[in-house]
Amino acid sequence: MNKVWSKVELARHADRPAALDYINIIFTDFIELHGDRLFADDKAFVCGIAKFNDQPVTIIAQQKGRNTKEKIERNFAMPHPEGYRKALRFMKQAEKFKRPIICFVDTPGAFCGIGAEERGQGEAIARNLLEMSQLKVPVISIIIGEGGSGGALAVAVADEVWMLENSIYSILSPEGFATILWKNSARAKEAAEIMKMTAEDLKGFGIIDKIIREKKGGAHRDVNYTANHMKDEIAASLKRLKAKSMEKLLDDRYDKFRKMGPYKLGDV
Amino acid sequence: MGMFSSKKYITLDIRKHIETSDKSEDKEYKPYIPNGMWVKCPECGMTLYKEDLEKGNLVCIHCHSHLRMGVAERIKLIIDEGTFEEIDRNIESDNPLNFTDYDIKKYQNKTGLKSAVVTGKGNINKHPIMVAIMEFGFKGGSMSVAEGEKITRAIEKATAEKLPIIIFTASGGARMEEGIFSLMQMAKTSAALARHSQAGLLYITVLTDPTTGGITASFAMLGDIILAEPGTLVGFAGKRVIEQTIKQQLPNGFQTSEFLLEHGFIDKIVPRGELKTTIGKILEMHKID
Repeated sequence: MNKVWSKVELARHADRPAALDYINIIFTDFIELHGDRLFADDKAFVCGIAKFNDQPVTIIAQQKGRNTKEKIERNFAMPHPEGYRKALRFMKQAEKFKRPIICFVDTPGAFCGIGAEERGQGEAIARNLLEMSQLKVPVISIIIGEGGSGGALAVAVADEVWMLENSIYSILSPEGFATILWKNSARAKEAAEIMKMTAEDLKGFGIIDKIIREKKGGAHRDVNYTANHMKDEIAASLKRLKAKSMEKLLDDRYDKFRKMGPYKLGDV
Repeated sequence: MGMFSSKKYITLDIRKHIETSDKSEDKEYKPYIPNGMWVKCPECGMTLYKEDLEKGNLVCIHCHSHLRMGVAERIKLIIDEGTFEEIDRNIESDNPLNFTDYDIKKYQNKTGLKSAVVTGKGNINKHPIMVAIMEFGFKGGSMSVAEGEKITRAIEKATAEKLPIIIFTASGGARMEEGIFSLMQMAKTSAALARHSQAGLLYITVLTDPTTGGITASFAMLGDIILAEPGTLVGFAGKRVIEQTIKQQLPNGFQTSEFLLEHGFIDKIVPRGELKTTIGKILEMHKID
């Protein structure tokens, strides 16, 4: 068993804590709020307001189900366009009331289907990328399980992006990647190695800012351990981010993504 | 992401390619279609006289389908003659994941371009603009860091010079070989567009065949005005992926520009022959004094 693949398995583990498990430990007085006011309430997203150490915050979370019934209800945390629009509605609301935003990212990817295309999955994701880059409040995104492609990035254009030790973040699932490149999804393990999707790799690349520790064997072994670490880091980060002027906050967020990825300067 | 149908890709060799000008008018843009007198329409199968096809902007005279157009022809079609000045021509892909078999040389040789997008400044009916034109013939127009960087620079330059930006999309999506770095180009380009928009400037997207994946989920769908050519494939997920996910056949006309127009996601479908005039009029109405 290779090391990367074991992380993929942990990230997708049936008992892995989902967003609500962390939300219940880290925040108090969580009030879930629903709907995009346009089409529907996408249950792949849990959104709402809560207190973090007595300070109001907005929570945007992709929620995987914990049993078969809930998994289906939440569409395996694969949001439709209305999910991204719901997330955006609450992000804009947070901006109006000057609340920091904490996003929990956990999705195999945005849903692929007829309705998703009819209602503009591409537009919904694109809109979030653009709007998040300019939100006038601190934004922290934490990848707690799977960070699947544009479906994850659409809630991860943040001042700080963190990953749990055994979470993954990638352009595509290793299965999809293997299918595209080698026309063989069975080569997923090989793909996972090449793709560089672990927290460690991505921290090295400067794609993420921080790795949140998990108990040996994975986050499901001790959810409180991870949640408490997250809580300390959120407190420290909010203090850091709130100390910045608005201009600096937005410039830093812009520069962070502006610098991502190397390219070459060849001959003209 | 990154899936696209190969339908309608003109089954022609792209031997001829552009010499992007440094404003010199004597250099002629070479067309995208092969030598020989006759060409077969990949859509209806009818035989077309090459000269007619060229004169008709690569639109089939029988079925009116818009064949894919390369950057050189696109510049010739849209930009006032002799006004195009390319920028950042020397930016090309690195190999950030040390991927074996990641070879862009063959696409560089095939197209004469360094990357899958050409950016620059030019005039459209005398209105100065920044423009980015994607080349599907360069590795499916896929977006690696190099393409993301060039598009971002073009947007930033447009913001700095208070110019409209026009992006002609043609891409299967993100460049798989650059993994997560490709994904981040979606955020990078969208953030640059946010600043351009904040400055009160105009962004026009022109969707050309095909526009899918991460391109659709970033700058393609962010235009103040989104135009598309008839019959253009536009979508987020590839058709095969959707069919596998939902185990159903997809309806006819799914993910075409007509489908998007009907669902309210694009502003207008413009036949190729009317594109320059239409863009010119839009620019005229957004002139900044």
